[in-house]
Amino acid sequence: MSTIVKGRRIGLNGDRAVAYAVKQADVDVISAYPITPQTIIVEALAEYVNNGELNAAFIPVESEHTALSAAVGASLAGARVFTATASQGLALMYEILWIAAGLRTTIVMALGNRAFSPNINIHCSHDDAYAARDTGWIQFFAENVQEAYDLTLQAFRISEDKRVLFPSIVNLDGFILTHSLEGLYVLDDKDVKDFLPPKDPVNPIDPESPKTYGPLDLYDWYIEHKRQQAEHFNNTLPIIEEVFNEYYELAGRKYTPVKTYGMEDAEVAIVVLGSSAGSVRYVAKRLRRRGRKVGVVSLTLFRPLPVEEIIEVLSSVKVVAVMDRSYSFGSPGAPLFLDINAALSNAKERPLLFNVIYGLGGRDLTPDHILAIYDRAEDIARSGEVKERQIWVGVRG
Amino acid sequence: MIEVRWHGRGGQGVVTSSELLAQAALKEGKYVYHAPEFGPERRGAPVRAFTRIDDEEIEQHFGIYEPDIVVVIDPTLQSETSYILQGLKKGGVLVLNAKKPHKLLVEEAKEINAEIWYVDAYSIAMEIFGRPFYNTPMLGALVKARELVKLESIFEAVKDRFAARGEEIVENNIKAIKQAYSEVKKYEY
Repeated sequence: MSTIVKGRRIGLNGDRAVAYAVKQADVDVISAYPITPQTIIVEALAEYVNNGELNAAFIPVESEHTALSAAVGASLAGARVFTATASQGLALMYEILWIAAGLRTTIVMALGNRAFSPNINIHCSHDDAYAARDTGWIQFFAENVQEAYDLTLQAFRISEDKRVLFPSIVNLDGFILTHSLEGLYVLDDKDVKDFLPPKDPVNPIDPESPKTYGPLDLYDWYIEHKRQQAEHFNNTLPIIEEVFNEYYELAGRKYTPVKTYGMEDAEVAIVVLGSSAGSVRYVAKRLRRRGRKVGVVSLTLFRPLPVEEIIEVLSSVKVVAVMDRSYSFGSPGAPLFLDINAALSNAKERPLLFNVIYGLGGRDLTPDHILAIYDRAEDIARSGEVKERQIWVGVRG
Repeated sequence: MIEVRWHGRGGQGVVTSSELLAQAALKEGKYVYHAPEFGPERRGAPVRAFTRIDDEEIEQHFGIYEPDIVVVIDPTLQSETSYILQGLKKGGVLVLNAKKPHKLLVEEAKEINAEIWYVDAYSIAMEIFGRPFYNTPMLGALVKARELVKLESIFEAVKDRFAARGEEIVENNIKAIKQAYSEVKKYEY
């Protein structure tokens, strides 16, 4: 990330940084369920609306299912819409996630990643992000508070681009980012306005010209419509990159779908999402100083998965450790592991891969855990053999 | 990089102190990470908060296990020696809200060559606020023990934080911080 910057530097936690971005995005409608597992994001937005700093309709609803349903209606009516949730809240939205994407709304949602129950936990896992992975939402992962702010602004611009028209989720790790304070650069309101002009809706709801959204669609056309949605969704990558570049021009911070460290000559790569990326990089730098050829790959963009970039950076290494902060019962691997495997499945060269389950329910990912992952990878590189496809780190015996 | 761990109880402003330190360091152009520890939120339950300060970008998001400095805001936590000293680096710094350091704590801190600084922040708070708001004065004590940031930067952070609650609150906090700064003493073993 470049450090040439525009704007001023302030200290905010992840929740307030997202809320600040949403305020600057000048949203029209915020629809949210305000109680646990909700984060402070919507509380901060309610304050902005109440103070008159943000001219938006704040709709406090009785459930996340309704929060997203109201957001869908508002977005189709032409509004710029924001919502936020976490864990069980996302689960309760599940049915509407598909509808929001399939009806081509441009909702932006912040997801303060938290573990699914049971047991009641509220700390970080990526269960909720993974639950949304197949639904047709663009998904970003923030590594720190600055990224949570920047990605929220970029998400609006990307979702509302007429070549995109898909809703976006900005993932930020529960507590680790949502409740922790870091310094970040925030743009001037004017710069945000230039970057993010008012939404120009496509086919909005219009009482003068009634139309139907999401009607009955049987075997005569349903599959064509899904195919069309799939093509449009998969074609969003270059537009996302285009917006990343424009944001770079504006803010001086460069986003890329895949972020790499040390991959030029790496023999071992660790793939990771969210706030753990920096921790893994921190340890990788120590290992590099001792001559270990280790690299780190973190995905800023999780959906659509940047397959070509993944092949490019990973296909020539010997061993890849894919870290998942979630578990998929009965599957040979957790979601990111499956994704990386699938992305590499037809590559000419293929590394050996193993899956690391870590950090469930907020269990801290310590330098020791990261070293243990590296040691395992180094053993596999030496022996050429993966004895265990999946390992858990940071679990008491 | 400097890592600070704050100890206190729910409702005492442990998180506020850690955040004020982070905000003060930010004002000096430093990089910071401030993380409250969240468990069940109960008034009176032991609470911790963590602050990282560095001249370079802080990438890591794991917890702080070997702090350079431990600040104990609550005067009744002193006797929980293993809880307070856990992981404190050899030669580290302990800043206490105490009329005098607990004997047992002194003995154990000596084993790791920790420097002990102590101030009766309770009395300062009662004198200035008439209520036990002893979290902000502990910032003055900390800055005297180790000048992580300038006192002036702490005052700026205090102004930002409390301005909306009136001039008097701001002034009283600054006064309390100054007083703790001048009254804090280094314990001689």
